[in-house]
Amino acid sequence: MAEHDHKLIHAFGALAELGHEITNKNNFQETIRTSLHLLLGALGIMRGAVARHSRFAHELNMIAVRGLGDDFPLSLSLTAEDERQFLTNDLNPIEIAHAKVLPFFQVYDSSFERRQLELFVPLVIREEVVGAIFLGEKASGEVYTTYDKEIICAMGRHIGVAIAQRNLMAEIERHAEENRKLFDEMRSTYHDTVKAFAAAIDCKDKYTEGHSVRVGKFSEIIAAELGWDNDETEGAAVSGYLHDVGKLTVERKIINAPYRINAKESAELNKHPGIGYEILLPIHHPFTDVPLAAKYHHERLDGRGYPDGLYDREIPYIAKIVNLADSFDAMTTDRPYKARRPAKDVVEDLHRNAGKQFAPELVMSFFGGMLKELKGETTDKRFRRLLGRDYMEAEGIAEKLRSTLNEMAPTTPMTYVAAASIGDKPIH
Amino acid sequence: MISQTVGSVEPVGERSVVFAGDYLNKLSGEQIEYECKRRLEAGCKELVVNFSKTEIVNSIGISILLGVIDTASNNGAKVVFCDVKEETVELFDMLGLTKHVTIA
Repeated sequence: MAEHDHKLIHAFGALAELGHEITNKNNFQETIRTSLHLLLGALGIMRGAVARHSRFAHELNMIAVRGLGDDFPLSLSLTAEDERQFLTNDLNPIEIAHAKVLPFFQVYDSSFERRQLELFVPLVIREEVVGAIFLGEKASGEVYTTYDKEIICAMGRHIGVAIAQRNLMAEIERHAEENRKLFDEMRSTYHDTVKAFAAAIDCKDKYTEGHSVRVGKFSEIIAAELGWDNDETEGAAVSGYLHDVGKLTVERKIINAPYRINAKESAELNKHPGIGYEILLPIHHPFTDVPLAAKYHHERLDGRGYPDGLYDREIPYIAKIVNLADSFDAMTTDRPYKARRPAKDVVEDLHRNAGKQFAPELVMSFFGGMLKELKGETTDKRFRRLLGRDYMEAEGIAEKLRSTLNEMAPTTPMTYVAAASIGDKPIH
Repeated sequence: MISQTVGSVEPVGERSVVFAGDYLNKLSGEQIEYECKRRLEAGCKELVVNFSKTEIVNSIGISILLGVIDTASNNGAKVVFCDVKEETVELFDMLGLTKHVTIA
């Protein structure tokens, strides 16, 4: 076989391996190092380097270097004229003697000469400079032939594509990061707006200051106790914050009446869920159930609620959560016509109305959350912060919660554990 | 004094033998180059690369051997390739490696 054919087969082998390397490896640095080996080995070239172009810094930064010594510059500054010439030249190898007219060559000429560089190949992919290849002398001592340059051009194109792909990935990652930041900012803005709305709603009712915020937080607790993920839990909180937004249109004297309101006033007040729904519906919430929570948070499982008198499964789940949170807050805060009720009474009330007004599993989850906090199983003092330490730690609350939970789910394993505990020693 | 190894560090003498194996044809072959460099910089004056366990040498292998040749040249040492298959010798010859090493 003629030597030319041998060279051709060897070079094709290298080209095939290069293609495989570029399409199969994920580690960019290793890909480029291997690519440089393949290029040098394909033609028996003593030394060389592959550089990546930085279009922001206007530099060529070495990413793989072989045989060029420790003093070879790893970063080469370019001028606009250099970059323009690279684009004009495309992927064609330039002999160093001809490349000396380029401005950057004049700066680094001594380094290139010391390492006996003979060829310079700008890597231009889709009319963009992505990098460059520097090549030293051939081991044979022969000059580069046209055939050699064609092989270099073909392999250079592969290497250029690998760099272009990496640049594209970096660009996508940068955009993804920007989008994530933007999303976080929008989310933060949304939450600030929601909280501002909640504060505005609460401002209207001087007796229930902070009610919407607390309902939001109680809804969040219930969702968390149900095992909902972070986004869903956040949605429950937002639903709680905004559940009374319809009250913004109800006359202040009705909301702040220091007596039980009459039927007419009550009818007026009872419009607030429907109005709230109308207000919230056109808004593109990240959580779709927010308007439903506003509309149906006064519905009851037994069909005696309003505005539509829905029964159990007809009521959206989020509305059941907000309903429980809303009622719990109403019972545990002072109202103009009714004082705050003791915690034990509230527990009894919720228990008694589980299955009538409230979804039993929600009541159980809520009680479970309170009990965990009282038993010190959670470091987050959510209920203490919302209700006050004295209120939450009133004597016998933990025992009341435990016995109520046992009554509500007598067949769960908790029955045996709790029954034994109650009999043996007091619960704190 | 002669030391032999395939990539591991052993006492270095005037003459060292390195077995190329199949490591040469992958990026991991850089480890062989690194070992050779260590020996040459420690004063080895004759580096023998044994190809008895090397079936073929690809372009990566050629590049790594060129690196070894370059380092040896910079350190004033001689490089000997031994037990090389005939077709591999032809490849070395075609790419100019034989201008820098002795084939034994």
